[in-house]
Amino acid sequence: MSQHDQSHQDHGVKPYVIGFVLAVILTVIPFWLVMQGTLDKAVTLWTIVIFAIVQIAVHLKYFLHLSLTTDDGRLNTFTFLFSALIIVLVVGLSVWIIYASNAMMMG
Amino acid sequence: MFGKLTLDALPLHVPIVMGTLAVVAIIGLALVIAITKYKKWGYLWREWITSVDHKRLGIMYIILAQVMMLRGFADAIMMRTQLAVATNGAEGYLPPEHYDQIFTAHGVIMIIFMAMPFMIGLMNIVLPLQIGARDVAFPFLNNLSFWLAVAGALLVNISLAVGEFAKTGWIAYPPLSGINHSPGSGVDYYIWALQISGIGTTLTGVNFIATVLKMRAPGMKLMQMPIFTWACTWANILIVASFPILTGALAMLTLDRYLDFHFFTNDLGGNAMMYINLFWAWGHPEVYILVLPAFGIFSEVISTFSGKRLFGYTSMVVASGVISILGFIVWLHHFFTMGSSADVNAFFGVTTMIIAVPTGVKLFNWLFTMYKGRVQFRPPVLWTLGFMVTFTIGGMTGVLLSVPGADYVLHNSLFLIAHFHNTIIGGAVFGYMAGFAYWFPKAMGYKLDEKWGKRAFWFWQVGFYVAFMPLYVLGFLGMTRRMNHTDNPDWNMWLYIACAGAFIIGLGVVSQLIQLYVSYRDREKNRDVTGDPWNGHTLEWSTMSPPQFYNFAKDPVVSDIDAFTDMKEKGTAYQRPEKYKPIHMPRNTGAGFIMGMLLTACGFGLVWHIWWLVIVTFAATIVTYIKRCYDKDVDYYVQPDEIEKIEGEHLAAVETTLKA
Amino acid sequence: MSTSVLNNEAHSHEHHDSGSTTLFGFWLYLMTDCVLFASVFATYAVLFMNTAGGPSGHDIFELDYVLVETFALLFSSITYGFAMIGAQRGNKQVTLLWLAVTFILGAVFIGMEVNEFSHLIHEGFGPQRSAFLTAFFSLVGMHGLHVTAGLIWMAVLMLEVMNNGLQPRTVTRVGCLSLFWHFLDVVWICVFTVVYLMGAVS
Repeated sequence: MSQHDQSHQDHGVKPYVIGFVLAVILTVIPFWLVMQGTLDKAVTLWTIVIFAIVQIAVHLKYFLHLSLTTDDGRLNTFTFLFSALIIVLVVGLSVWIIYASNAMMMG
Repeated sequence: MFGKLTLDALPLHVPIVMGTLAVVAIIGLALVIAITKYKKWGYLWREWITSVDHKRLGIMYIILAQVMMLRGFADAIMMRTQLAVATNGAEGYLPPEHYDQIFTAHGVIMIIFMAMPFMIGLMNIVLPLQIGARDVAFPFLNNLSFWLAVAGALLVNISLAVGEFAKTGWIAYPPLSGINHSPGSGVDYYIWALQISGIGTTLTGVNFIATVLKMRAPGMKLMQMPIFTWACTWANILIVASFPILTGALAMLTLDRYLDFHFFTNDLGGNAMMYINLFWAWGHPEVYILVLPAFGIFSEVISTFSGKRLFGYTSMVVASGVISILGFIVWLHHFFTMGSSADVNAFFGVTTMIIAVPTGVKLFNWLFTMYKGRVQFRPPVLWTLGFMVTFTIGGMTGVLLSVPGADYVLHNSLFLIAHFHNTIIGGAVFGYMAGFAYWFPKAMGYKLDEKWGKRAFWFWQVGFYVAFMPLYVLGFLGMTRRMNHTDNPDWNMWLYIACAGAFIIGLGVVSQLIQLYVSYRDREKNRDVTGDPWNGHTLEWSTMSPPQFYNFAKDPVVSDIDAFTDMKEKGTAYQRPEKYKPIHMPRNTGAGFIMGMLLTACGFGLVWHIWWLVIVTFAATIVTYIKRCYDKDVDYYVQPDEIEKIEGEHLAAVETTLKA
Repeated sequence: MSTSVLNNEAHSHEHHDSGSTTLFGFWLYLMTDCVLFASVFATYAVLFMNTAGGPSGHDIFELDYVLVETFALLFSSITYGFAMIGAQRGNKQVTLLWLAVTFILGAVFIGMEVNEFSHLIHEGFGPQRSAFLTAFFSLVGMHGLHVTAGLIWMAVLMLEVMNNGLQPRTVTRVGCLSLFWHFLDVVWICVFTVVYLMGAVS
């Protein structure tokens, strides 16, 4: 086993605690926002989406240990980024296609 | 006890099917008797069925592909003869409900169970050797993938005998494939066959990406991987990124059919367009999964037989990458006519046209590779040249179809059928044929007979044009696809010609069978002693033919794209190391085969709603897998004296041949 | 992808199913799972307003309930992290303890989800009612099935740790399940944002 080996790479308690605290904050705020319902609808939507994206990044960094400093970390990170690109393309274009065709049928 | 399964599901009253089944039964029985007589069951089990050796699995994949090609080709001949007979309002000999099953089975078999196993088989045999690896990253998983592919193929063929196959076309669009319009077992066979084999394919993609990124020989940089390996790597990336979409779409169709969900139904807010959308979000990358490895094969063949380095290696790799990414933003061109907005159609039309650019780059690279080379016109080269002409025509008709306006006229016409056969046969299948002839000596230890190889090529090539050019004309004359019979005198002549073309291709298929027989008969004469019959460029040619089970006695050290040419030039090829080290090897295992067969039974139970069978076989599959995970006896070491014996004999044979 | 990054590691590894290759292979599998979830998310996105006269998300979602579910999963993430650290340090008891805690939290999550589903079905809002409910049950249920599979895996793994101790192979497996478990938490972020929060807003 080489020293880069992830399974034996001890990250310690610290990243988990940081990640957990951040995740709690990033979860509670959007829930609270929606439950309060005081903000404008569009603003609320954009806010919860941004909070979700930030929280995903937090999980990836602190729980899944994606990084750009080790070889394995880089490999996993690039693989993830490529998948994310494909997902954005497939989901985004699918939604565009179907919404556009729905609109055509309404008219 | 038997769910929906009753005696009515057996085609006792259909002579064609019963005849086919009788022939299959006779051949099967003959095989069983032969294996028993020569006492080969133990050998088959130990050396093949349980094998985790990528080379053996590759050979089994290709056998699967060729058997399924015969089945799919029989379907094709039946369709063409039916259409040649059923003109001027005549009914022909295939009633519509059979005809519909045949064109569905033809499509499913040729794409999923012929082209895919052929491609994956070649990749299995060649890719680990090309990167100087001992095996793939996960050998057991590789064996499992194969048996999942077999499970799918078995389900498709069982549908011939028990029940029916889908009558929906190979895309199985709802609401036609929904439970209201297709209440029979056909669509269920389709779903489970694709689902089980599709999971196997996904695992293959994962396995080979891990192999390429983690198991390369020392010194081999990514941009030094052989071009076929690169092409397969892009194909695997596409597999991993697209097959789950098919899994998802089929799972949703399953829920609609089995549990009355409303994803794609007409009522309660379902949207059938979403199935079409998801299907092609997989389906379009799928055609690149088929064709990119073929492009890799052409690159290897053309550079080897021109005696030159491949022209534009980097641009080749980049072009494949661009094709792969673009492959994910063009899928709507399969359903322009669903009627999305003009913006949507324009976007997908333009991205589709752009794909012609990287493909053109590749074509010019091949031409420049041949330029001023000494091209040897052996069968692999003939397939390559045939491809270059044929695929170019197919590509151009594709660009024509990518214009939404033109597509509205030609959609679902025979023009489309001609176009995609033009690209898939002219691109992918010709490529696999070239690869088959090129790597056959590596896999089997002797060369294929060239005379019959050339005959096969010319029959295929001429037959292809005679069979498919008329379909372009018929498309323009307004004939749509999936017609069971016709009543238009203007079409008759073209239907007859196309039928003749199918029979010429049939002569090509027969020539290939004869070629296999003749080559086997003359195997001593055609034996490949050195392991390098074509003066090859890449590492697979540095091994024995067939390769040692451990591939390389010593990890090759790589410093060039054409690693083996480099070694031969530096005089480091065929060197005897001072001392061999023990080699770590995975042990064979029956777990993959057992899981494959259990899942076949599970799929059968799901088709016929035999729930106890589903539960028992699924649980047994999980238990088999967990048991395999607990197994500690999964590997062993090959000892240096055994390696020394094998290598010594090989190197002695090489020295004798090189001196002579 | 950059070549310089990747070319060095081919040498540094033993040419066999080493832990690093297994973890990378498992990561690749997770990416395929990501795409699978993405296709169901896309379907949810095009079907969620097709309520066919039935209830919309706004009518049936109880955010405080979902918040508790979310916290069960979030706590299970950090407890799995502690199990992982125990495994890396070769401490069998610590690993087993935290795996057990994680298992309980996961089971709480699944229990709550099953409870939510059965309530909805009981009220006549099952997946057969409308395309929206079909997509809702399938998306959330698919995540639930994954968590359930993770729980079964966790149980088998705990037995393995108990019987065989923390062999390198077992630690690699704890690592794979760690990826799986944290990955499911990431998917849940998307679920509660896209399905529950957005559904409750509109």
